Amino acid sequence: MYIKAASNISPQNTFGNQPYLSELAEYTGEQLTCIEPEYKTLIDPKLIRRMSRIIKMGVATGMDCLHQAGINAPDAIITGTAYGCLADTNTFLSKMVQQNEDALSPTPFIQSTHNTISAQIALLLQCHQYNNTFVNGGASFENALLDAMMLLYEGTAANVLVGGIDEITANSHAILKRMGLYRRFPVSNFELLNIPGEGTMAGEGAAFFMLSQEASGNDWAKIEGVSSFYKPRSIAEIQQHINTFLLTRHIDINEIDLVITGNNGDLKNDTVYGQLQQYDFANIPAINYKALCGEYPTSSAFAMWLAAHEIKNGVCSFVPQSNQIPLKKVLIYNHYQNIHHSLILLSAC
Amino acid sequence: MDKLMADLKEQIIEQLNLQDVKPEDIGDDQPLFGDGLGLDSIDALELIVLLQQKYKVKLSNAEDGPKIFRSVRTIAEFIESNKIPNA
Amino acid sequence: MDQPVFIAGLGVISAIGNTVAQNRLSLEQEKTGIAPIQYLDTEHRDEFPVGEVKLSNDELAGLSGFKRGISRTAMLSLIAAREALTDTGITNLAGLRTGFISANTVGGMDKTENFFRDFLSDNTKGRLRNVVNHECGAITNLVADQLGIRHYVGTISTACSSSANAIMYGARLIKNNMLDVVIAGGTDALTRFTLNGFNTLMILDKQPCQPFDANRRGLNLGEGAGYVVLVSKRIVSALKKELYCSLSGYHNTNDAYHQTASSPEGTGSLLAMEGALKKSGLQTADIGYINLHGTGTQNNDSSEGAAIGKLFAGYSPKMSSTKAFTGHTLGASGGIEAVFSALAVQRGLLYPNLRFEKQMEGFPFTPETRFSMQPEIKHVLSNSFGFGGNCSSLIFSKL
Repeated sequence: MYIKAASNISPQNTFGNQPYLSELAEYTGEQLTCIEPEYKTLIDPKLIRRMSRIIKMGVATGMDCLHQAGINAPDAIITGTAYGCLADTNTFLSKMVQQNEDALSPTPFIQSTHNTISAQIALLLQCHQYNNTFVNGGASFENALLDAMMLLYEGTAANVLVGGIDEITANSHAILKRMGLYRRFPVSNFELLNIPGEGTMAGEGAAFFMLSQEASGNDWAKIEGVSSFYKPRSIAEIQQHINTFLLTRHIDINEIDLVITGNNGDLKNDTVYGQLQQYDFANIPAINYKALCGEYPTSSAFAMWLAAHEIKNGVCSFVPQSNQIPLKKVLIYNHYQNIHHSLILLSAC
Repeated sequence: MDKLMADLKEQIIEQLNLQDVKPEDIGDDQPLFGDGLGLDSIDALELIVLLQQKYKVKLSNAEDGPKIFRSVRTIAEFIESNKIPNA
Repeated sequence: MDQPVFIAGLGVISAIGNTVAQNRLSLEQEKTGIAPIQYLDTEHRDEFPVGEVKLSNDELAGLSGFKRGISRTAMLSLIAAREALTDTGITNLAGLRTGFISANTVGGMDKTENFFRDFLSDNTKGRLRNVVNHECGAITNLVADQLGIRHYVGTISTACSSSANAIMYGARLIKNNMLDVVIAGGTDALTRFTLNGFNTLMILDKQPCQPFDANRRGLNLGEGAGYVVLVSKRIVSALKKELYCSLSGYHNTNDAYHQTASSPEGTGSLLAMEGALKKSGLQTADIGYINLHGTGTQNNDSSEGAAIGKLFAGYSPKMSSTKAFTGHTLGASGGIEAVFSALAVQRGLLYPNLRFEKQMEGFPFTPETRFSMQPEIKHVLSNSFGFGGNCSSLIFSKL
């Protein structure tokens, strides 16, 4: 299965005709915020007026991805989002409480449903095909990706649009901060992983991919597999999962040219990565990605965009000593709050 | 009546978040739905909320919407005829 | 690859009963669950009748085994999912690749609503434990942990078609040889958020709803949870209990007409039903009973009716909407109605469309008005359509 196109709105300059991560954006404080494009040229103004930020980000990346791939009738549209359309949910909920359940406006309620982005893309395309939305915390994008891969494997679809989207709102940030997810003292995202401490920085993003069963000769990368596992009880169990994942795909761990891990600068969170980097991943060049996009449940979609880009470029731009090695296989390993863990394996075409 | 219609135009643009539409772009008798301003059923529900919040006029049956919301003038007439005297 | 998927267990809790047996009895006795609001704390208490599960949060905590303070969505889910798993007679999941695919649309919103009362005036206020399980996925995790399922945990949210999609996804995980057993379905508790949301759309009926009736006025919201246990052929021989039926067909489409409204001609519904028939290899004439989406709104019923009228032209399929019993349970409806459909095909039960009086104009069929036994039913079609144009149909077949 091939990644025919990818589109990404993130806290970095990743959308549109940008040179690939040439100038990194620095954020100091508690969160990284998406750099958004001008949407008017991307989305029909008649539809845009009802769209909140996450819907615009999702629809713009989805449509851009289709445009890049030259496909306007995908066989399926699948999204993953842990929190869904938080701003709309927040608006309706707040007004409901403040106005004591009286004279409420319908638009935020309508737009608050988790399937809004995949539905809006279908509506824009007049696409009657398979349409699904996974809302499974830190494995939402992985569920969506697995669904997409199964459709391609089953032969019921040739081209599938799949994406992962989550947003930060002022209220969601305030709540998650009180739960202890974020740093208490301001830190730069460039230093976040160098100075481990308690908590991380919040992030957000929208990344879509066009997956195809057939090679086009111009694809970014191949997807070899995705796997998610839930609440592993020990590091040994995680190692077992990684081994089985590679074994069933007949790949030796030494064939992996690059590992992308989900370190987020939180001491407790990063323990797992530390242990794996000491043993299993010891001899493999490794990079992290959350300094670029922050921590959020569907951040693995950003990681997959990064991995696909690295493979497309052929060499890893972040590991100087590996400059000479052509990049063939890239493994992404991420977990979100130690609940959902996941593996995504990409290879060169 | 003219003042009410002018107010309504501004309020409609704000409530429905109409992009790139100015009050003077909306004619007093221009159809709001269909080929006119291109509003739809969700907008009709939004207009019901608008009337309730700003003018304390309640529309209990959504099916009356199309008739009342035909143009800015018909909305203004509906408000005038349903206003509570001296309220 | 296309191995059959069987249904080996059922579990349901709804306005008409806390177990499969109680639900079945209410359906047979034509006893509706629609009543004035008793448990939901809302300003609209006396305005809209609903299909509440007739238990308080404390009673649900007792029944589910969850500690008090957990979202009602999770408690309903655990009660029904556990009943479904127990029903299979499987006592030990070790060695079986087991998944829990649960759908919902509200997550822990019932608790978040309480949190927001304090939080809105001061964002340092409000008890965090009330918002910690706000996410839809968190509800699934809570229940998976209680059931002891870790192999595959998934959550789907596609509005009112959510749990039909969960069942479809579960079946495909089995067909792709990734899992042996999947508890699939969905849950949703009644919340102020959804009640007020549907009220802004002006589609709530102030009287008990009349689906597929010419004089229908809107829908009644309901709540509950419904799950089926899907099993692969490989493990059937190890089961000690008789299977209910097979899940022979399914299909997911999008109406792509409007964010909330269905197309007048029912494009998405028609494609979903046609796709499910094709998947099962059946003909229109093979369908013995259609469990309608039938919400009771003008728009849904005329759109679904148009699609059925076209697909079943020349036949006389039996059909009913069981939402007249349970109310529209949103993310749970596909799961609850899958349980009803599995029972219908296994036992030959034909449920009535309560309160039906007058045929819809232009619709050639009349829904069932009384409960009856119809042993000749071989295949049941269940429809679930939702906001965002999501349309899914499932087909259950006699073994």
